[in-house]
Amino acid sequence: MAGFLSSVKRRLNLEPGGNTGSGDPVVDELRSALAPARVRYDGAERSLLSHDASIFDGGVAGPVCFPTTAEEVQAIMKLALEHERNVVPRGAGTGLAGGAIPLGAPIVVAVTKMNRIIEVDTDNRIAWVEPGVINLDLTRHLQPLGFHFAPDPSSQQVCTIGGNVANNSGGPHCLAYGVTNAHVVALEVVLPSGELVMLGGLDAEPAGYDLRGAFVGSEGTLGITTRVAVRITPNPPAVKTLLLSFSSIRGAANTVSQVIAAGIVPAALEVMDQRITEAVENYVHAGYPTDAGAVLLAEVDGLAESIEIDAERIAEIGRANDALDVRVAKDDAERAALWKGRKTAFGAVAQIAPDYYLHDTVVPRSRLADVLEEIYAIADRYELLVMNVFHAGDGNLHPLLVFDAREPGVVERVHKAGEEILRASLDAGGVLSGEHGIGVEKQKFMDEFFTADDLAHQNRLRQAFDPGCRTNPGKVIPSGHSCADIQALRSVPREVWL
Amino acid sequence: MSTPMLTISDPVLVEFAEQVDAEDPIAVEGGRTRWEVGGAADEGVRLVRAPEGIVDYVPDEMTVTVRCGTTVADLHAALAEKGQRTALHERGGTVGGALAVGENGMHVLGRGRVREAALQVRYVSDDGALITGGGPTVKNVTGFDLPRLMVGSLGTLGLLAEVILRTNPIPAVTRWVVSDDVDPFAILDTVLRPGAVLWNGERTWVELEGHAPAVEAEASRLAAIGTWEDAEAGPPLLPHRWSLPPAALRDVSRFGGERFVASIGVGTVLSDVEPPGPIMDPGVRALSDRVKEQFDPRGRLNPGRTPGAR
Repeated sequence: MAGFLSSVKRRLNLEPGGNTGSGDPVVDELRSALAPARVRYDGAERSLLSHDASIFDGGVAGPVCFPTTAEEVQAIMKLALEHERNVVPRGAGTGLAGGAIPLGAPIVVAVTKMNRIIEVDTDNRIAWVEPGVINLDLTRHLQPLGFHFAPDPSSQQVCTIGGNVANNSGGPHCLAYGVTNAHVVALEVVLPSGELVMLGGLDAEPAGYDLRGAFVGSEGTLGITTRVAVRITPNPPAVKTLLLSFSSIRGAANTVSQVIAAGIVPAALEVMDQRITEAVENYVHAGYPTDAGAVLLAEVDGLAESIEIDAERIAEIGRANDALDVRVAKDDAERAALWKGRKTAFGAVAQIAPDYYLHDTVVPRSRLADVLEEIYAIADRYELLVMNVFHAGDGNLHPLLVFDAREPGVVERVHKAGEEILRASLDAGGVLSGEHGIGVEKQKFMDEFFTADDLAHQNRLRQAFDPGCRTNPGKVIPSGHSCADIQALRSVPREVWL
Repeated sequence: MSTPMLTISDPVLVEFAEQVDAEDPIAVEGGRTRWEVGGAADEGVRLVRAPEGIVDYVPDEMTVTVRCGTTVADLHAALAEKGQRTALHERGGTVGGALAVGENGMHVLGRGRVREAALQVRYVSDDGALITGGGPTVKNVTGFDLPRLMVGSLGTLGLLAEVILRTNPIPAVTRWVVSDDVDPFAILDTVLRPGAVLWNGERTWVELEGHAPAVEAEASRLAAIGTWEDAEAGPPLLPHRWSLPPAALRDVSRFGGERFVASIGVGTVLSDVEPPGPIMDPGVRALSDRVKEQFDPRGRLNPGRTPGAR
């Protein structure tokens, strides 16, 4: 792997530091534009920021910058332009598709020090925040005012709003409230040219193309967010959380699609299979039944008068699907324990095996049960353990392949099984990703989903923002469509994926 | 390699693409209900109409695949049979028109925004190719969000042919109430999720939606802050649209007109006078021009129209 990467770097003339001796000239200029302490070029920092939470290991960070203002981000972009260097924006690095992996030793722009909640404007029901604000910190800040920020990815304790914007992040409660795009009103963005623009606006229908909408979910390829106006959502006066257990995952999956069919849009509908439920229960002792084939966590919120009706209807549908038990969380403590279990599910997996590969696909809700059965069969064929914990309400599957990378040959099997899971989802009429994004992980599948013409059109959008393909190059759109000289970095052999 | 999942084979769409062709200036016509938005199409350009028909309606999935020449009224009539609706504005036009114009209806609080309704778009490009953006599922981050870019683009980046829309359940009960003495800006602190709050400077109309007991409860909460009577519907609407931040509606000098209907909590004002032309930031204008240049370098799609111009 080391040999491979250095050969690529030599080929692209991207060896960090290059032939400039001890100092990369861009580092000195970045230091005078920001502050010496906020431009790091030491091995430790660069190594740390060469990774994100994905299993992708092919990143090489160049200078790492910690700007504190939009002007500093502009200065970085302009220096990058002048020195023909690439730029990769980064939040907390919790992405699972390798979207923040720096390819080709780019300048890494970590926005974590831009972490001020600038203003909460309850009259307009928005908050202006900097991109480094942590998702849960914003909700905690809004709590006393009676509001919250609706997108709640499992990583919400550490992930940033800027990262949420880049990935169009979801979370359990996006079923009723919508994903990040629905909660971003305006975006201040530094374009790859160094220009600062405001996309969208606080007014009801900002004039012109919806460039705000196109920017959200672009995985850091269109520019760097420096300020965001997010919608703030009033806290519901009443919440009811139900835990339904079933002898099989089919019962849980069928309940989910029948709840949706009945015209109920719960705040959340999450399913966990027996394996993950056992792991979670061992880990947090939330009171999950470990003998059920699957559990369904259903939450309804809103007016007390309304949620009574929806909760009763969900319970009825569950019973009609042979639910073993239907339990309503009796208080906030029980509700919090159940959610803690759900949101720490991935941490709980560490008890079972040292490594896991978390997938993210979406299928039509009516196909959930069939696709899940296929996923178990695929895992069996490859002699792998698979666990399922997912946002069932919107058909968003998260199969988790659990393994020990030290076992010879297991990594190859994990990847082959993963590919088959992805194809099974597409065959069922699904999509490649529901909330983790494409990053570097799923590029090679993009042309199994989109036609060449479709991808060329996505590239048109990219070119309008970033004609030089210098911002987060080598992501999302597969080779042959953009940023050709960086493509070489993406043909990383499978061996480096762990 | 196998055929990409989103490959288009529907002969109706293929025929539309052939009709659009790749050369001459062309404009697409829907119901002409908002024909002047963003400037009228140039005189003498060839006019086409998008194909019609509901292709696939899956109520259990809360999605519908519909060709863009279908009228919103026909679409909503079909959805209503299964107790569903969409965010699209119903005023006599087509699905394609409603999306290309992108304006929200006055029920936006209850029905959602038009730009969030399109899950997948299929359009004919400047060079006559059929392109798909987005995807068929209710949640999706596969690739760049071309559906968002197309909504509100007035057909200047591609001519919409077929879309997959998100549908929503029609609430069990809808009830309009009206008051002459309430502070319209207090409504949203009282009613959790109203369908609409409309104010004409004197009277305030509120659309309550939901299960019957919830609507009852909301009505009694409203009774604590004003005197109400039931109404058949909201106020009559006015022709000219102003777009303001929601809080700016408190200051009626921010918008003009002898008569107006303001959408509280949203910021849209319908008035009897035209708003001043929108002022676009030069940087955003330049970026928008680059988007247009990429998608339609010869300027053949709906020449004369520019989103954000008037």
